[in-house]
Amino acid sequence: MTAAPPPPASGAPGPVAAPPKFAAAARVALADTALRSGLRGAAAAARERRSAFPEPADWEDLREAGRAIKDEALLNLDAHLEELERAVTEAGGTVHWAAGAAEARRIVTGLVRASGAAEVVKSTSAVTREIGLAGALARAGVAVRETGLGELLAQPGEDGQASYRDRAGGPSDDPAVLAEAARLRLRERFLGARVAVTGANFLVAETGTLVLLESEGNGRMCLTLPDTLISVAGIEKVVPTWADLEVLLQLLPHSSSGAPMTPYVSSWTGVTPGDGPREFHLVLLDNGRTKALADEVGRAALRCIGCSACLDVCPVYERTGPAPYGPVRAGPIGAILTPQLRGVERAAEASLPFASTLCGACADVCPVKIDIPEVLVHLRGRVVESRRHRPVPTPELVLMRGLAWTMSDPRRYEAALRRGTRWARLMSRGGRIRRLPGLLGKWTDARDLPAPPPATFRAWWSGRRR
Amino acid sequence: MRVALFVACFDDALFPATGRAVTALLERLGHDVAYPPGQTCCGQMHWTTGYHREAAGLARAFTAAFEGAEAIVAPSASCAAAVRDAYPRIARAARDTALARAAEDLAVYELTEFLVDVLGVTDVGAFFPHRVTYHPSCQSARALGIGDRPLRLLRAVKGIDLVELPAADECCGFGGAFAVKNADVSVAMAADKVGHVRGTGADVLCAVDNGCLAHIGGALSRLRAGVRVVHLAEILAATGPA
Amino acid sequence: MSSRDEVLRRVRDALGGARGTHPAVPRGYARRLAGTDAADVPALFGERVAENRAAVRHVGADELATAVAAALWGREAKQIVVPADLPFGWLAELDGVRAMADRPVIDVDALAAADGVVTGCAVAIARTGTVVLDGGPTQGRRALTLLPAYHLCVVQAEQIVGTVPEALERLDPSRPLTWISGPSAAHGAGAAAPAGAEGVHGPRHLEVLVVED
Repeated sequence: MTAAPPPPASGAPGPVAAPPKFAAAARVALADTALRSGLRGAAAAARERRSAFPEPADWEDLREAGRAIKDEALLNLDAHLEELERAVTEAGGTVHWAAGAAEARRIVTGLVRASGAAEVVKSTSAVTREIGLAGALARAGVAVRETGLGELLAQPGEDGQASYRDRAGGPSDDPAVLAEAARLRLRERFLGARVAVTGANFLVAETGTLVLLESEGNGRMCLTLPDTLISVAGIEKVVPTWADLEVLLQLLPHSSSGAPMTPYVSSWTGVTPGDGPREFHLVLLDNGRTKALADEVGRAALRCIGCSACLDVCPVYERTGPAPYGPVRAGPIGAILTPQLRGVERAAEASLPFASTLCGACADVCPVKIDIPEVLVHLRGRVVESRRHRPVPTPELVLMRGLAWTMSDPRRYEAALRRGTRWARLMSRGGRIRRLPGLLGKWTDARDLPAPPPATFRAWWSGRRR
Repeated sequence: MRVALFVACFDDALFPATGRAVTALLERLGHDVAYPPGQTCCGQMHWTTGYHREAAGLARAFTAAFEGAEAIVAPSASCAAAVRDAYPRIARAARDTALARAAEDLAVYELTEFLVDVLGVTDVGAFFPHRVTYHPSCQSARALGIGDRPLRLLRAVKGIDLVELPAADECCGFGGAFAVKNADVSVAMAADKVGHVRGTGADVLCAVDNGCLAHIGGALSRLRAGVRVVHLAEILAATGPA
Repeated sequence: MSSRDEVLRRVRDALGGARGTHPAVPRGYARRLAGTDAADVPALFGERVAENRAAVRHVGADELATAVAAALWGREAKQIVVPADLPFGWLAELDGVRAMADRPVIDVDALAAADGVVTGCAVAIARTGTVVLDGGPTQGRRALTLLPAYHLCVVQAEQIVGTVPEALERLDPSRPLTWISGPSAAHGAGAAAPAGAEGVHGPRHLEVLVVED
């Protein structure tokens, strides 16, 4: 291990530079040609998977049911959480509540310390990434072993120098070679691991059951081999009843991979003597979810079951990849979830609802029918409102207010149209405009704009009547 | 039938030929076209950019300008979608029940919906001897769900050589303010659309939204690709050599 | 105030008047197979198992021991592990294969070193080509089917249901369940994971014997 700096007293990561706005981060991603071709390939593969597996005949019925199940869970979330806590506890598990990311990190770090383990195995999970758990554990002196193949390839080697890909026996991109090397390297880790950290896809309130879907089997390793299992889940993962899984276990596999079922679905309720961990801890995380819940339009984002179908079809994500969306969630769902969880005060989060053309492809595929464009527009409104009363108004606010004032009166509008047309015609050459000043320069950097014809439609119309 | 023509502000200034074409087409089909002079902008841009208070003001002005119209026809899917889908939301966000009621009373149609569903015509007697490909804009295909209506109209045009656009349902990257706020991604998306358009060998690209056409056409023009962008209405209004 | 009470208070505040609303859940989806799918459920199950990249064979009850032996022979398995309560008859025809029962409990290194594992299942689902293990009779604990490189699962025809809803009706949520639909795979692991990498952690090969009379 590289020497880790001592953890700050709060357990929170140290000060870092403000994250960039989406457009700036996207520019970096667009310049990475290897990334672009990788993303293009992944998008093509996703389209192929989708077309290889037709939707079941009752798909629309399943979506309607899924939407209603998640709405029921959210609109009665307090009752379902209390029921879940009771059921998990009765089954021999321990439930912890974390109001924020720092508290969740503290709870998990404390549990690992109490177990005396110097390392933990960890399966892929959006929520542990959201709270920065791996970094917190590392700062606490606990070695974190990512076990998902994707994460493993991205994780630096244990000496902190060479990446795993380079170490896997020469420069190999052969999936089979990489998988074999990963299997061998991880086996020994798993077999000796005493503590595992996982996420969960569903928490069944009625029975206290957790459900985890995965393809590789690293999740099963985490759930089965160590003595202590710590699962971290957002409070929105609760579903009311066992029978609700009959819908969700059809929606999630089909939406994430096209296949009717994910290779491995595991469920567990507390602890089972003689089979698997002796200790089970569930950490329930708020970390901004109740803020999203308070927003009547925005709360729809909490229905998300994490299938990634919206990423697969998003034309913006296909060009930028995950990085510009920040650490919480990528793609269209990230664009509506992250600003709600983290607030829109900072420019990075405030830019996310604008990172969409509102094309609607995401809403078409969402298995729980989240109207993502509607939430995007709603959140754009929140961003604008949050900046409306600044002492110095943003140039955009001045522009948009001015436009609205002009357009609210037909005479003002006509006069402005005449002025604008004359001005734009002066900017043009050969019927097109190749460079515009100010904000609109972003348009003409790579696109022409046609020069407006001398007569507007309304001028033509009034001339015609005469 | 008396038709109230709704010409988007964008089209009014930059693409007046589209409104003229709709007028000519509907009159040729024997209908009476009116242009309510009080109209300015439907407020779509303000709404989708987050200026919801301003959008509400513009929506109120729009409903007043078109009050009592038997049928409102717009050669713009995104503006028709704004009035039909966004006005109820604008009214809800502004807690304006009068606006919600007024919006409910508006019978707004995108041009091809009006032709196919209300007038029941697909052959409008047009003649357009060019190789044409059609881009189904997201607002027309997803928000309005106009399906193959534009293609049915195009197939009936005499002299046309209609070719299929690959990956047609993928967004062109316009997205209103997106084209400027996220110009790099927007342009990257346009580049792919342009590639598909050029691959068809068409000399005309048409759509039912001039916003998308300005965006794709702007990229085509910058590349001097030799492909013209033309609103569908202008193709339908074109008539043969007499 | 504890974090528990704080989170619950935030939830109640967030929901306000909407709290306690119970949206009707429309359950118009299919609970049973219909049409041609329903005609031969074991056949549909076999097709779907094969689509999940697993091997599948349909055998008569009297052929089971031979089929188990042949499958292990085909895999060149020398040393296998089995749940302690696996019927002896299933293994009666083994030749040159050493089967180790999980009693006393086999340590993880020995499990990982085994060439294969033979189990039954609790329920199988035709529409998805899934076998579900619940740790009940003929299945053993979860680690048994996880560490060996090869899993041979015996499914009795009457254990096969048509759909996911039917499976959930039969399953007991208090037991640890493992739904297996094909061998371990790396796709779905995100853009960084190369497609086609198989057998990363779980068994690389899954074979299903469907026992029909």
